[in-house]
Amino acid sequence: MSFEDRTLAKAYWRENIRLLLSLLLIWFIVSFGFGILWVEELNSIRLGGFKLGFWFSQQGAIYSFVVLIFVYVVKMNRLDRKYNVHED
Amino acid sequence: MSIQLLTILIVGASFALYIAIALWARAGSTQEFYVAGGDVHPIANGMATAADWMSAASFISMAGLISFMGYDGGVYLMGWTGGYVLLALCLAPYLRKFGKFTVPDFIGDRYYSQVARTVAVVCAIFVSFTYVAGQMRGVGVVFSRFLEVDILTGVIIGMGVVFFYAVLGGMKGITYTQVAQYCVLIFAYLVPAVFISIMITGNPIPQLGMGDTLADGSGTYLLDKLDGLSQELGFTAYTSGTKSKIDVFFITAALMVGTAGLPHVIVRFFTVPKVRDARKSAGWALLFIALLYTTAPSIAAFARVNMINTINGPEGQGIAREQAPSWINNWEKTGLISWEDKNDDGRMYYAGDERNEMTIDRDIMVMANPEIANLPAWVIALVAAGGIAAALSTSAGLLLVISTSVSHDLLKRNLMPDITDRQELRYARGAAAVAVVIAGYLGVNPPGFVAQVVAFAFGLAAASFFPAIILGIFSRRMNKEGAISGMLSGVTFTAAYIVYFKFVNPGANVPENWLWGISPEGIGTLGMLLNFVVALAVSRFTPDAPEEIQAMVESIRFPKGSGEAQAH
Repeated sequence: MSFEDRTLAKAYWRENIRLLLSLLLIWFIVSFGFGILWVEELNSIRLGGFKLGFWFSQQGAIYSFVVLIFVYVVKMNRLDRKYNVHED
Repeated sequence: MSIQLLTILIVGASFALYIAIALWARAGSTQEFYVAGGDVHPIANGMATAADWMSAASFISMAGLISFMGYDGGVYLMGWTGGYVLLALCLAPYLRKFGKFTVPDFIGDRYYSQVARTVAVVCAIFVSFTYVAGQMRGVGVVFSRFLEVDILTGVIIGMGVVFFYAVLGGMKGITYTQVAQYCVLIFAYLVPAVFISIMITGNPIPQLGMGDTLADGSGTYLLDKLDGLSQELGFTAYTSGTKSKIDVFFITAALMVGTAGLPHVIVRFFTVPKVRDARKSAGWALLFIALLYTTAPSIAAFARVNMINTINGPEGQGIAREQAPSWINNWEKTGLISWEDKNDDGRMYYAGDERNEMTIDRDIMVMANPEIANLPAWVIALVAAGGIAAALSTSAGLLLVISTSVSHDLLKRNLMPDITDRQELRYARGAAAVAVVIAGYLGVNPPGFVAQVVAFAFGLAAASFFPAIILGIFSRRMNKEGAISGMLSGVTFTAAYIVYFKFVNPGANVPENWLWGISPEGIGTLGMLLNFVVALAVSRFTPDAPEEIQAMVESIRFPKGSGEAQAH
C-alpha cells in the first residue's frame, strides 16, 4: 500500500471518481446531447454557415473530446501529487 | 511524368522508409516484441495509436460515407473519436499500472479464471481477423486502381511489406513504422482538402471552409447551397438525416464503446513507460486522429457539391456523356461508377429519386476527389500512398494482437507455461507469419460479408471486453461468476441479433422489425448494458472476489510504483 492509511486511499479514489464523472457528463452533453438529442433545437442557432447542432455532431464534439482528455491529464497529475502517489 | 510512374515512385519511397525503420527497430525480446520495450514517448505513441486506429476505412471510405449520409454520418465522427475519452479516463491508466501485455491477460488475472481468459482470447482473435481482412482488401484496391496491377498482386505486395516489419520488428518495429505512416497519411489527407477548400470557398482551412460562403461571389453558404441542392434532387437536406434519433444514439454509443474495447487499441497503452504517459498519450492520439476526423466532414461536403455540379452541370440539366470529365471514365473502368441513360437524352443525371441515372460507389469519393477537383498528378499519387499507409499500419497492429494472443495468451499462459522467452518469441513470429497469410487470403477472396462483420467487431468488443474491464477496475468485489456470465450474455445477445438480421433473415432488416428501432449496428450498446446488468446481478449472489484480487484492484487505482510491463 502506497498510501499512508486507508482513509487517504479512499479520499483519493473519491476525488478521482468525482473528476471522472464530471468530465464524462460534459462528454455526454457535447456529443449525445448537443449532437443527437437536442440537435433540432440547436440547429435554429447559426454559427456562420453552420447550424450549431450539425456543427457539434460533425466537429464540435471532437474538439471537446480532445480538450476533455488534456484537462483530465492535468487534473489527475495534480491529484496524484496531492496524495503523493505520482511516479518519480 | 505520368500519374502511374509518380505513384510508383511515391509509394515505393514510402515502402523503403518503412523497411528502413523496421531494420533499425528490430525486436530482440518478447518485451520488445509485445510492448516495444515499454519506453515509447507519449507523442510518438500517440501518432502510432492514431495510425493504428485510422484504417483503410477511415482514410478511404469514411468521407465518402458522410458525403452520402450528411448529418447521419456524424455517428462515425463522434463514435470513432468519443471512445478515446472513455479509454483515457476509464481504461488506459489502470491497465498500464496493471502492467501486463494483453487484454486477455487482464481479464484472466483479474477474474482468476482460465475460462475468462479463453473467452477473451477467442473474442480478441475474432475481432482482429474481421478487421484485418478489410485492410488487405483496401491495399489491393489502391494498388489495382493506381498501379494497374490486379488485386492479387496488390495484396501480395502489401502482405510482403507487413510481413517484413511486423514479423521482424514486433511492436517495436510496428510502433516506429506507424509514426512514419501517420505522417504520410495525414499529409496525404490534408493536402487535397486544403486545395479543394481554397477552390470552393477561398478558405485554406477545410474545417472553417465547410462553414464559409462559396467562392463564386454569390454570398451563399456552402452548407445552405448543399441543403438546397439535395432537396431539389429528392434527397433529404444534407444537415438533417434520415435515421431515427434512437438509432443514431445507439450506433454512436456502440462505436464509442467498441473503440474503447478493441484489443489492438488498448494494447498501445502498454507501450509507454508510465501511467502518466498512458493518460497523456491517449490525448495525443485523439488530437492526431481529430486532425483527420474534423477534415473528413469538410471533404465530404466539398466532394458532394463538386460531384453534383460535375455530373448535373451548372444549370442542373445534366452533362452530355461525351463531355464527361476524365475521372468518370477512369472510375467507370473499375466498375465503381456507372451510368444508365434512362430517358435517352445522352446526358448524365444524378438525383435521389426516379430521375437518377448514376450508380456511384461511396468508396471513390476520397480517392477520386483530387481528380474531380483537377488537382496536380502528385497529389493523386500522394493520396494512393496515404491510403496504403492507413491500411498497412492498421493491419500490422492487428496482426500483432493475433500473434500475441496465440503465443502469449494461448501458449504461454495456457497450454505451454514452461517455454522460454526465446521460444515464445519464435512462436509469436510464427503466429504473425501465419496470420499474414490468412489475412492475405481473406483479402483476395473476401467472404461476401466483410462489411457486415465490421458491425460485428464493434458490437462484440462493446458487449464483451468493455464492461468486463470497467467492472474489473471500478468494482473491487466483482467476481469471476459475474464477469463471465456478463460477457457471455452480452456477446450471445449481440451476436444473435446481428446474425439474425444480417445472415439468417436479411430481408427483415428494416426499422419496423428492429427492437425499439435499434439497428444491428447499434445493438452492441444494448448488449453492453445487458452485460453490466447481468454481471452486477450475478455477483451479488456469488462470493466476492478473493482478498488478493481485491488488493490487486486497489493497487492499480493509483500510479505510484508502476514498473515496466511484466510477463509474470
